[in-house]
Amino acid sequence: MSTRPSYARLLPCLLVLSLLLPITALAASAGGSWEDPAGFLGRTLRFLSLRDPAVRFAVAGAALLGISCGLLGTFLVVRKLALVGDAVSHAVLPGVAAGFLWSQTKSPVAIFVGAVLAGLLGTLTVGWIRRTTRLKEDAALGLVLAGFYAVGICLVTMIQRLPTGNKSGIDKFLFGQAAAIGSGDLALMGVVTVLSILATTLAYKELLISSFDAAFARAIGLPVRLLHEALMLLLAFTIVSALQAVGVVLVSAMLITPAATAYLLTNRLHRMLILAAGLGLITGITGCFLSFLGNNLPTGPLIVVSATFLFGLAFLFSPQQGVVVRWARRRARRHRVARENTLKTLYHVLESRSFHGDDVSLGELAQRRRETLEDAAREAQALVRHRLARLHPDGQSLILTEAGRQRASELVRNHRLWELYLTHAADISADHVHEDAEKIEHVLGEEVVRKLELRLNYADTDPHGRRIPVPRAASRPNPEPGASRDPLPPAAP
Amino acid sequence: MSSLVPDFDVQRVLVTPWTSDATMNGWIVLMGFLVATTCGWVGQYLLLRRMALMGDALSHSILPGLAGAFLIASFLNPGTADGAGNARGATVMYLGALAAALVTTLLIHWLHTASRVKQDAAIGIVFSGLFALGVILITVFADQVDLDADCVLYGEIGTVGFTDYFQLSGRDVAPLPVARMAIVALLTFAWIQLFYKELLVSSFDPGLASSLGIRANWVHGVLMLWLSVVIVSAFESVGAILVVAMLIVPGATASLLSTSLPRIFSLIVLHAAISSLFGLHLALWLDCSIAGAMVVTGCGLFVLAWLSHVIRVRRARHASLPQDAPPGTLASPSVTPNPP
Repeated sequence: MSTRPSYARLLPCLLVLSLLLPITALAASAGGSWEDPAGFLGRTLRFLSLRDPAVRFAVAGAALLGISCGLLGTFLVVRKLALVGDAVSHAVLPGVAAGFLWSQTKSPVAIFVGAVLAGLLGTLTVGWIRRTTRLKEDAALGLVLAGFYAVGICLVTMIQRLPTGNKSGIDKFLFGQAAAIGSGDLALMGVVTVLSILATTLAYKELLISSFDAAFARAIGLPVRLLHEALMLLLAFTIVSALQAVGVVLVSAMLITPAATAYLLTNRLHRMLILAAGLGLITGITGCFLSFLGNNLPTGPLIVVSATFLFGLAFLFSPQQGVVVRWARRRARRHRVARENTLKTLYHVLESRSFHGDDVSLGELAQRRRETLEDAAREAQALVRHRLARLHPDGQSLILTEAGRQRASELVRNHRLWELYLTHAADISADHVHEDAEKIEHVLGEEVVRKLELRLNYADTDPHGRRIPVPRAASRPNPEPGASRDPLPPAAP
Repeated sequence: MSSLVPDFDVQRVLVTPWTSDATMNGWIVLMGFLVATTCGWVGQYLLLRRMALMGDALSHSILPGLAGAFLIASFLNPGTADGAGNARGATVMYLGALAAALVTTLLIHWLHTASRVKQDAAIGIVFSGLFALGVILITVFADQVDLDADCVLYGEIGTVGFTDYFQLSGRDVAPLPVARMAIVALLTFAWIQLFYKELLVSSFDPGLASSLGIRANWVHGVLMLWLSVVIVSAFESVGAILVVAMLIVPGATASLLSTSLPRIFSLIVLHAAISSLFGLHLALWLDCSIAGAMVVTGCGLFVLAWLSHVIRVRRARHASLPQDAPPGTLASPSVTPNPP
């Protein structure tokens, strides 16, 4: 990306800053002192110093999850599998319940095994339904999501009836409870994070190729199906390890949102992976912090809301993809084209009186452009603002500046060169070329102009018999004396 | 383990429900039937348009809509907006749900048309973000908002409250939720009958639809709004996630068994009836969530239809084309748009 703005590299930092700003604003409004443990600053200090073990566990868990979900989510987003994460996260519920039943306690290992098996069964079922029926991907995902979830709900309500089930806290798997993360859960998350980092670094090339061009990957002998299954296994691992912290419903957001944010910020997969993991980590910690500040607020939703907030910022302001940025760019281009059209009209006015005198009155401009005097005055103002022309002291006529004169003759040259090119090289009749040239005159670059001139043998007259101007900056080699200044006939194909 | 699955006691599971608790169970089955039929009909159009997961998205993003609507209602006239039970509560709920559906649909559309984010990712981002926002709203304003995230997610048909009766000329006709669901079901039926052609053409062939002068965008918008009405009427009995099952499972089962749309619609009714009746008995046997059991029964029916479909395809392939049959050619005659 050669047109990449220089501030693009700072963008992730800007995003993070924008997340911190509201928090600082909150701090300023809340006041209080660092010593007051219940006040805002006191709580911030307690959070930052990681004094409470619960905070330590929650922050570590959210950070690990952010990294592993960001890495895997990247592949889900680029493979257009975003909703598979949602389906799998719902499909693990019966596995969680079965694992609980098997061990009769909330043992992380049993629940992990059960949930991973259920998640894998879910992804396999999606594949079976797709292969053996004409139901579409979305229907298959929905069926697995809802069907497995219903079985899970039945099992959970049955477990809650059991004497041991009441205190099981199995319903916490729906929304998660970051405060209740234990060392066992943390170890699990650590293992999963290390696994996903290892997988993405070791199989980076294979995953890259099979994600973007499955046919090519198959052709060079990569095990595409195996890679997909391995990714699904890893996905099930990640989702299950995330259940404790954010719950069934919001895991899919942890997977998709940071990755989609990164997708808007970069075009390279490795940068996207790093960005997604970083964004996941930051939003995880921010969610924990916000949840610690506001007593009782659930962590999972706060993580998701901060991730969604960052996504919204990237959606609006990303240097290449941002909606606002692109709108501003389009607006600037529209205004430039309008200014250049005014410039061209000034040139035409001057040309019509064989360049006698410098100033063009607003009346002449308005008449030529067939518009009201007010519009002409507004266009003149735009030219003056951009130092392409200045107003005569009487305020009623325009004088082109050096830059304005230069640009105007460039535009007219572009227009007439293009008309000449179309009539000669593309055999389009002379009365059909104007519209096209009106559009292209604003975008022809100097390099293309050089080639056009060469191709047209430095012709100096356009198809309508008007002279093609030579802007001062454009030095052109002197043609051989006596050589024909007529354009060559089109080259034989 | 033995206490998990109780013995199958014919008396308790099959007989008593229809001798001592007949009214209550009758209403439960009727409610389940109405929810499954209405959702199934609307969901069939979602399946045809490959938007099955929009149902998932809307059913989640309705939560902040409801929370916001209750919040605004309680600010406007404090102390009057309580629960979903009374008429005002119901109005507030429907308005909130409609607003949420509108916002969700527009946001998803905007995200995937204005940036390179694909539609599936856009759906995932929008609904999870809105759902998280809803959970936070409910937690922060717990006093003003009479909603419970667990309740929205689970729902339970048995606790809907069949005590307040809808009265017509002084006589009890049906419990309020059942009456409301019946009205929604009737409206859905009328809507499908009235706009059958528009819905059909714009689902199967958007190009033809626009050449016939049918505004595909309007059809899509109305479908989404109506979907939100159906979801909000259904979610208090089945919960936000099981609504997705109610939307997808009947249609998916029916379209494995038939290729004509009118027949699919009748099969959906049959599917709804079987799954709600057998679901109730399954729930009574296992003593678990009734809505969950109804969906599990529905999924069981889907698995049966799936198996019979697979067997039929195998047999057809063996009979007519022993070799060289590309997989899926016989299996996939597209649904034919027969007139009703």
